[in-house]
Amino acid sequence: MKPFTQINGLVCPLDRANVDTDAIIPKQFLKSIKRSGFGPNLFDEWRYLDHGEPGMDNSVRPTNPDFVLNFPRFRGAEVLLARENFGCGSSREHAPWAIEDYGFRALIAPSFADIFFNNCFKNGLLPIVQPAEVVDQLFSEAAQSEGYRLSIDLQAQTVTTPSGQSFPFEITAHRKHCLLNGLDEIGLTLAHADEIRAFEAAHQQRQPWLFV
Amino acid sequence: MKAQTLYDKLWQSHVVREEEDGTCLIYIDRHLVHEVTSPQAFEGLRLAQRQPWRNHSIVATADHNTPTDHWDEGIKDPISRQQVETLDANIKAFGALAYFPFKDLRQGIVHVVGPENGATLPGMTVVCGDSHTSTHGAFGALAHGIGTSEVEHVMATQTLVAKQSKAMLVKVEGQLGRGVTAKDVALAIIGRIGTAGGTGYAVEFGGSAIRSLSMEGRMTLCNMAIEAGARAGMVAVDQITIDYVKGRPFAPTGATWDQAVAYWRTLVSDEGAVFDNVVELRAEDIEPQVTWGTSPEQVVSVGARVPNPANEADPVKKGSAERALQYMGLSADTPISQIAIDKVFIGSCTNSRIEDLRAAAAIARGRTKAGNVKLAMVVPGSGLVKAQAEAEGLDKIFIAAGFEWREPGCSMCLAMNADRLEPGERCASTSNRNFEGRQGQGGRTHLVSPEMAAAAAIAGHFVDVRTFA
Repeated sequence: MKPFTQINGLVCPLDRANVDTDAIIPKQFLKSIKRSGFGPNLFDEWRYLDHGEPGMDNSVRPTNPDFVLNFPRFRGAEVLLARENFGCGSSREHAPWAIEDYGFRALIAPSFADIFFNNCFKNGLLPIVQPAEVVDQLFSEAAQSEGYRLSIDLQAQTVTTPSGQSFPFEITAHRKHCLLNGLDEIGLTLAHADEIRAFEAAHQQRQPWLFV
Repeated sequence: MKAQTLYDKLWQSHVVREEEDGTCLIYIDRHLVHEVTSPQAFEGLRLAQRQPWRNHSIVATADHNTPTDHWDEGIKDPISRQQVETLDANIKAFGALAYFPFKDLRQGIVHVVGPENGATLPGMTVVCGDSHTSTHGAFGALAHGIGTSEVEHVMATQTLVAKQSKAMLVKVEGQLGRGVTAKDVALAIIGRIGTAGGTGYAVEFGGSAIRSLSMEGRMTLCNMAIEAGARAGMVAVDQITIDYVKGRPFAPTGATWDQAVAYWRTLVSDEGAVFDNVVELRAEDIEPQVTWGTSPEQVVSVGARVPNPANEADPVKKGSAERALQYMGLSADTPISQIAIDKVFIGSCTNSRIEDLRAAAAIARGRTKAGNVKLAMVVPGSGLVKAQAEAEGLDKIFIAAGFEWREPGCSMCLAMNADRLEPGERCASTSNRNFEGRQGQGGRTHLVSPEMAAAAAIAGHFVDVRTFA
């Protein structure tokens, strides 16, 4: 996993509530057995005017000029600014894979769906929860000034606007540690293999029917 | 000892270790696996040269990509076929307690297959790379969906890294009226608390109306917990739970059964247990529900009208409602009963169990699908459900009414196989999500109960099932 320390990224505002994982990456792309290459199909149904299928040459498909991701001023955006309950719906990790593959490194919203939120951390993506009024302010600033960027510092746990206004955000110590260092969580857990084995033996004593 | 919630008990009985910030390692008893969210996890094991920690925790089936007709022709879509064959190969290489491949008699939707085989038991932690894993909470289990990285983590370590959520009690007291089902209760709850209302919570469903639900009804309810934002939904263990589990292939037997039952009976919230949030509904207030928008919270009773966004004060909600009406091709203030439909889908991990099919068949019996309904398809949740329905003659009732009787699978709930809506088509669906494009690009989904879907197929538009004698 790519470590996340700090970025100063162009902001793309996606002004819709309840953006679901079917919208983030439609089901036909879930047939892939790989975990890369989903970026060109991020928000496929909103981003293109035709119907997308796996294997198409996305570079020649007609794009929707009204969809924010296609605005020239947001090309190369690394911070996705979103509304409440972003990532609701299915557990498909293809959603954060697509967002990360597109080039985003961080997301800011008033709230995220639980499973999506959790999946982001496994892929070097930083989802940041901010109060609704802060998100409103960021939407308004991003609309007003072209090339609007935000500085995100994970170590300091801050989001800083171009004018120097700084907002703190929360993250668990465990997630912060893994993200800062780009750690393989399985390797970390297996360091506790003895504890897992001891638990398992006692668990089997208590509930032998679970171990058939 | 402090009074505990059911969730507290399930959580604490699975904590392997806890870090200072509250992050825990949670032991996982059952890992359900399907073809869509597992290939990258198996590949990860291979690349790291790891083996599954306990492959007998794995129960697997192919469901999302499998066709629901012409099984003799196999899976025609080469990409779908490759994904299913990849699961075949992975299970062969890594092992499992049970695997129900494409065309197996016991194949079906993973959330139907687990419980009917007794692979889901009270007190378990159950995970699957699928958000509707919340279904299994109906058994007094802690069950929730995980992403593919976590699928690999569970395979490699038998644990999950997680923090305990807050606990919410959704209490439904009273008696549900005739024609009002667990699906309507689920939609009414989501209508009340919203699709983010349960975010950060594990939800226990309680109250007399919940206790009188069958296991099928409880599974429908817990299945939709995720649509309220809650990763996990659950119902306390009672005699209905125990009677359902008894005699199933992977359920304990003999002296172990008695030992298990004694433990399972403790899986209830203690008197006086404190929840972080309590929501109460009266069963008598719940009517058959129909969604009108593109989020499950955009729902009203069948006798109501499509809401008018002009009456919505919250600008974000107002914008969502306007966008939803445009996508759905609906005008504000239209009576729900005047909305004509093109297709009907009865199936999905929400509503494809035998009780659901019986209820739909009871409406379809002796009647005929309306002429404007191009397709009414019934997709049983598993091969066993299909066999049971056929033994009861339900297939003949559906076919006589002009419905199609299909092979089991996820089908048009998410349209990964050939079953889908065409742009602009409107569907009465017993599934769980009415998101844009969910059942096919440009498709328009209205979520309803199996009875309501069958009634809509007969009438050609939504109709209050209670007016069907």
